[in-house]
Amino acid sequence: MSTATQDTKHEAPAKPTTTVGKAADYLDQRTSIGVAVKEFARKVFPDHWSFMLGEIALFSFVVLIISGFFLTMFFEPSMALERYEGEHPASMHGQLMSVAFASTLDMSFEVRGGLLMRQIHHWSALIFMASIVVHMMRVFFTGAFRKPREINWIVGILLMILGLAAGFTGYSLPDDVLSGNGLRITDGVVKSIPLIGSFMSYMIFGGEFPGHHIVPRLFTLHIFVVPGILLALIALHLFLMVLQKHTQYPGGGRTDKNVVGYPAAPVYVAKMTGNFFMVFGVLALMGATMSINNVWNYGPFDPSPVSAGAQPDWYMLFLEGSLRLMPGQGTEWVIFGYTLPLNILIPAVVIPGILFTFLIVYPFLEARVTGDDREHHVLDRPRNKPARTGLGVAFLTAFIILALAGSNDLIATHFALSINAITWVFRILFFVGPVFAYYVTKRICLGLQRKDRELVLHGHESGRIVRFANGEYIEVHTPLDEQERWLRVNYDAPAPLTIAPKTDARGVKRKGYGADKRWQGLSRFFYEDRVSPVTPAEVAAAHSHGEHDELTGSEHQAVEAGAGTSREH
Amino acid sequence: MKALAARRHHRLAPVVLLLLALLTTGGVYAALAPSTAKAETVSTADIETGKKLFQANCATCHGANAQGTEGVPSLVGVGAAAVDFQVSTGRMPMQMSGPQAEAKPPQFDEEQTAALSAYVASLGAGPAIPTDEQVDPALGDPSNGMALFRTNCAMCHNAVGAGGALSEGKFAPALWETSERNIYQAMLTGPQSMPVFNDANITPDEKRDIVSFLVEQREGSAGGNALGALGPVSEGLWAFAIGLGLLIGAAVWIGAKSS
Repeated sequence: MSTATQDTKHEAPAKPTTTVGKAADYLDQRTSIGVAVKEFARKVFPDHWSFMLGEIALFSFVVLIISGFFLTMFFEPSMALERYEGEHPASMHGQLMSVAFASTLDMSFEVRGGLLMRQIHHWSALIFMASIVVHMMRVFFTGAFRKPREINWIVGILLMILGLAAGFTGYSLPDDVLSGNGLRITDGVVKSIPLIGSFMSYMIFGGEFPGHHIVPRLFTLHIFVVPGILLALIALHLFLMVLQKHTQYPGGGRTDKNVVGYPAAPVYVAKMTGNFFMVFGVLALMGATMSINNVWNYGPFDPSPVSAGAQPDWYMLFLEGSLRLMPGQGTEWVIFGYTLPLNILIPAVVIPGILFTFLIVYPFLEARVTGDDREHHVLDRPRNKPARTGLGVAFLTAFIILALAGSNDLIATHFALSINAITWVFRILFFVGPVFAYYVTKRICLGLQRKDRELVLHGHESGRIVRFANGEYIEVHTPLDEQERWLRVNYDAPAPLTIAPKTDARGVKRKGYGADKRWQGLSRFFYEDRVSPVTPAEVAAAHSHGEHDELTGSEHQAVEAGAGTSREH
Repeated sequence: MKALAARRHHRLAPVVLLLLALLTTGGVYAALAPSTAKAETVSTADIETGKKLFQANCATCHGANAQGTEGVPSLVGVGAAAVDFQVSTGRMPMQMSGPQAEAKPPQFDEEQTAALSAYVASLGAGPAIPTDEQVDPALGDPSNGMALFRTNCAMCHNAVGAGGALSEGKFAPALWETSERNIYQAMLTGPQSMPVFNDANITPDEKRDIVSFLVEQREGSAGGNALGALGPVSEGLWAFAIGLGLLIGAAVWIGAKSS
């Protein structure tokens, strides 16, 4: 490559001499791919470890595709019954089971490397979702969803929802008791939807649950439809990222109009390759040493048994928790002979609906209450947007409380607690926890901002106490360097929206005033409490009245001499 | 010999001698001690010993004649199996009140337990202690045991017997460590919150199949570390702790490797 690029700089391009150079030249003469490579290789990306979180998701998706490809060759998506003749495990020998379950056992115990592949696939799925969520947290808390990236935020949410769908459809394929319990819950949730619920359930299962169709249907969705859309959306996600350029963390010289970083080739090519092998290695290690979803523990699906500790994979745990928290008595209404099962509808449809809606509308909501239509390419430090950070933490608190509620039986047994007490605590915490988390987070953010102001105005405490000739003691502060100051003063602290008055000059009521008033109220919620960045005038003022802190060279020596008798430290 | 004689007065010599003496006593005891004390041959003397033990240790709650007191069950007719289960797992005598009596190191040795069982069995007919053959996992069918276990037991004890929660702080214990005899006795007598699975409900052979299934589970998972066999919650926890932990660590490392 390097010889080829150097060669182009000569007036008469010399022929490439190396094998790679020749091959590249051959390709370039026929496709002009050199233009694209040059353009992309020199594209600058900013540097930060947290920008690799999305990469972890991408690479675990690659591992999912590769391992899934292997599994597809041995899995038989059929609900026909057969008697299992395999010797392993002994507890399954001679049991009546679906072909799907038998082929899963066969894949695990007879196919060479089959169990390893299954475990790698499942661990990858967990890590895929986990890295998506952590990546989303990074994007949310740094404000990377702001204009022009709102669309990519939505694409990301769709990717997460598709990830949930991929996980759910794959989880149910082996047709074991545990995943069958999950399907039964799905059936109940679908049936809880008013009017169309029963019909939808019949449509999904091809008749009454469980039927004979659901596994082949989920199989098609799992290996064809969902990954297909996922791939397309991942392509769109990455395309938009390249097109809009990557955001960068705030720092000296970084603005909304530039990108400070390194070129894609060779720096990020090397880093990405390294990260890919890291992801592949960790997932293979997990698949090789830690068992996951031992379906033979649960046995072939049978609608009657449910074992203790029956839970979905972690990313669905919040739904499980939501269902576990909902009081059952008095929440199932019968209206004119139609059942309205609020005990299912609220926890399984309304609550996740609210959570997802929050994620989808947030970028637009924040832009509206900020009155902001500028482009942003420099990220926010989370402390500089206290309301956003608080809302994000409140959201996570609700999510985590629901996930813990979904594990309430394990919490009860492992911490020797009463499951009834835990459930009540979580019921209350689900409402109180997020509010409390919002308030505490916001106050911490404001506190950190004030700390920043203090630092910019007065510098770092040096720990050096000096005494003046007149007996006054002071501590010497060292001023911040330019980089440190840049980081702490270059942010916006928007004020709440100002709106036009209620009536015009003639005293006629203005149309749309009510709506404006409501937006203003919301804007106050976001920006009423704020800490403005230090202005240059404030720095100057601080330095002029705090001359003791900012000692010039000659004064400094005088003080040193005068402090000769004082006890330092 | 000379070397030995020279070191006779070493200051550690008594300690070494003491250790040797302890080892010898322990070894001889282990070789000569009765291996199992079964209450198969019940003598009147056993019953008398059992009665004395009962009156000294159990009568405060269960009454002088095991007739029960307020809130404490009568033991007439519970049988030797129930006593053997409760006493040999340390659940009885109960350490303290709580949601349920917890297992602890047993307070009585095998002989005393057998005597207590014999005494209570003499008060009224009840299930007897199972024989070794009845609980031998090698004679059972783990596949049938699996089917029975998940229909009758897994809803409380978890699919492979890792334990589970019941209401108000009660719980179904994990069965990894429970002896074959105790598993059988629990099914037979239904201790605490557990229902009784009598021989008409689950036949003795089927009980042995369940024991066989549970013992098979102790071999661990073919897929590696079983992570407590607790299912997706523990898997999720490990995915975050190990998987994502390592990967974020790697990302920080790669990110810190400046070009």
